[in-house]
Amino acid sequence: MVKDNEVKIKVKNLNVWFKDIFALKDINLDIYKNEILGIIGPANSGKTTFLRTLNRLNELADGFHIEGSVYLDNKDIYAKDIDVNELRRKIGMVFALPVVLPFSVLENVIYGIKERIKNKKKILELAEEALKQAYLWEEVKDRLYDSAYNLSGGQQQRLCIARTLALEPEVILFDEPCSGLDPISTFKIEEAMVRLKNNYTIILVTNNTKQASRVADRTAFFLMGQLIEVDTTAKIFTASKDKRTEDYITGRFG
Amino acid sequence: MNPIREEKIAFFFLFLSTLLVVIPVGLIILIIIKNGLTAISWEFLTDVPRAGMRQGGIFPAIVGTIYLVLGAIIFALPLGVFSAIYLNEYSKKNILSRLIRLAIINLAGVPSVVYGLFGLSLFVIFFKFGTSIISGSLTLGIMILPLIITSTQEALQTVPKEFREVSLSLGLTKWQTIRRVVLPSALPGIITGAILGIARAAGETAPLLFTVAAFYLPHLPKSIFDQAMALPYHLYVISTQIPNIGENIRYGTALVLLTLVLGINLFAIILRIRLRHKKRW
Amino acid sequence: MYRIKELTIEKIIFLCGIITILFILLIFIFLLKEGLSFFKTVSITEFIFGKNWYPVSEPAQFGILPLILGSLLVTLLATIISVPVGIGSAIYIAEIAPLWLKDILKAFIELLAGIPSVVLGFVGMVTLAPLIKDLFGLSTGLTAFTGSVMLAFMAMPTIVSIAEDALYAVPKTYKEAAFALGATRWQTIYKIIIPTASSGILAAVMLGIGRVIGETMAVMMLTGNSACIPKSIFDPVRTLTATIANEMGEAVVGSQHYFALFAIGIVLFLISFLINIIADIFLHKKR
Repeated sequence: MVKDNEVKIKVKNLNVWFKDIFALKDINLDIYKNEILGIIGPANSGKTTFLRTLNRLNELADGFHIEGSVYLDNKDIYAKDIDVNELRRKIGMVFALPVVLPFSVLENVIYGIKERIKNKKKILELAEEALKQAYLWEEVKDRLYDSAYNLSGGQQQRLCIARTLALEPEVILFDEPCSGLDPISTFKIEEAMVRLKNNYTIILVTNNTKQASRVADRTAFFLMGQLIEVDTTAKIFTASKDKRTEDYITGRFG
Repeated sequence: MNPIREEKIAFFFLFLSTLLVVIPVGLIILIIIKNGLTAISWEFLTDVPRAGMRQGGIFPAIVGTIYLVLGAIIFALPLGVFSAIYLNEYSKKNILSRLIRLAIINLAGVPSVVYGLFGLSLFVIFFKFGTSIISGSLTLGIMILPLIITSTQEALQTVPKEFREVSLSLGLTKWQTIRRVVLPSALPGIITGAILGIARAAGETAPLLFTVAAFYLPHLPKSIFDQAMALPYHLYVISTQIPNIGENIRYGTALVLLTLVLGINLFAIILRIRLRHKKRW
Repeated sequence: MYRIKELTIEKIIFLCGIITILFILLIFIFLLKEGLSFFKTVSITEFIFGKNWYPVSEPAQFGILPLILGSLLVTLLATIISVPVGIGSAIYIAEIAPLWLKDILKAFIELLAGIPSVVLGFVGMVTLAPLIKDLFGLSTGLTAFTGSVMLAFMAMPTIVSIAEDALYAVPKTYKEAAFALGATRWQTIYKIIIPTASSGILAAVMLGIGRVIGETMAVMMLTGNSACIPKSIFDPVRTLTATIANEMGEAVVGSQHYFALFAIGIVLFLISFLINIIADIFLHKKR
């Protein structure tokens, strides 16, 4: 299932600070094409910071400082000639809580593409396709012009996924996408993720170790800003090399 | 003393002080309406002042005030909104931005007559605009600039930072983000601030004294470099400088000014309440 | 292409920020430029402590002590009236009034804030001044006291709304804890809520004072405009603001009188600057 030879993202000697505080320490990690990489670890272990380093969203925070490199298809994304906005379209992100914008359902889906694609028909096609991929089309096709706030929490999160998919990204970052959702909504989103894997590379940060074991091909364990270990999900959950990983998974801390 | 009784007495005095604030407001408005209504007529609103302002109407003063306020808002609104965007969305949090914030707060507290002095020295004399509508408008504009900047900043701050993050994460640029989601969300607050600014500019007298106001000018201004009459200044003139003028003309002028300014204010208040209820996030 | 557009817009926004800062600087520079040339001929002590303000007589005298005292007197009186009443109503609105009444009261306060000062000056002239004249058997109703009453009223919106904000910001849990210990509502208010909100209330008072000192039109219409050192609160006085408003129209541009009025402007600017800084410190202590 995992194609070892095709590296999509390569993280090399990555260190991140916010002001004087170390957030990530010497991370080295390869992420393969068309895999789901689960990232687990206790709160404040640097999972989300790591994720936001990949689409350069950390730059918005005060005092962000980075050393080392992140390569997407062998190109350093922190190089000077990189167009950040272009990069963020290639690496889409879904946030922990559904952040729908104060517009209609349709306006939400096409928010990221409206600025570039002027052909109305093309936009609508992309929107429909994205909603279908996010398993939302059937539920909202008759209320595309309603306020997005009228959707349920689970629907809102799938709307956010559709909004990201409409960009036709290559990589999707999920930052605890189910943290506020009920089991049924969670199941729907997990199902969507597994299917999306065929076309995208997915990185899933989750607080829920079971979720990682259900959907991730490989799993990485972060602790206090460090990458403790990364391996196939089966190995991490049954035969982890590091004691701390085992302690965390078995619920001894975190 | 028994704490329950103590409480009753305390609450009574607190209620009394509230009445002391509220009742005079109502009384002032009622007195002006009651005495002013008799003066209001079509002729009063559309005629020029006659017989040393003792007869006729106040039309040139109304028109002058409208010109001045329009000029002030055309100048101050874009400048204020863009400045607030700069301060809130672009500038880094450092000593300079703290200083600017402090300066704006202070500017809001500077007495309006000092703005008049500034307008006189900069626009009337230095830029050689003379006492004119443009000098007065710019002076009023600078006076309401801090108000517009602070209300816009407050409105921008109520927009969740998640909206900005999501928008940027979808590959939009900073300006696209501001234009597509931040400004539309902040719009109610910005509009309310602008309307309050208009009301403030319409009612001010002191900044006009040496920058624009004509004591008596029984025709309409032809260009922005002309002098003009203004409603608040006109009320000042007929209340203090013109003896033996009919009370009803004074009250009538006060009523027109009050209606104009409070009408604008009321509009802003209603707008704010309605938009606050509509807000979803 | 969109990068060029983006950069252009960023430049425009930046420029607007700069222009605003420039205007702030310009206000200061122009006041100083005009005002400081006055001190080439008259010393600062002569200006501040001179007892006579005769700007157009020969030789002219430019002592602003009577004006400073006039401003101080009306400000003091107005503060004495407005602070207890204003804070009292802020407490009533924030803590006691039922919700429906609260909205109405706040709307009234906002309405008051909107009434132009020239209208209040006019109403004061036709109602308050004759009343005070008859009540105290004076020869004129236009006195420091008359002006102070109206000024106190004009400071209300500032004091009430900022004090109310401060009271409202006291965490609900404090109140609940006090109730749980068996305190009455009034005990909770004066033992817990008012002390917690005290720095915000002080800021409200400072900003109210700032409003009073800077007020021009109503004060000019109501205080009788006599530039003498006041002996009683029922004497006519003249404030710093009213002097500028009254005399700048007649002062010849570039004359000593003209520069003297700008020098008064600097004094006012510095006073309001000081008051705002203090208020800002209080407001930030709160958080």
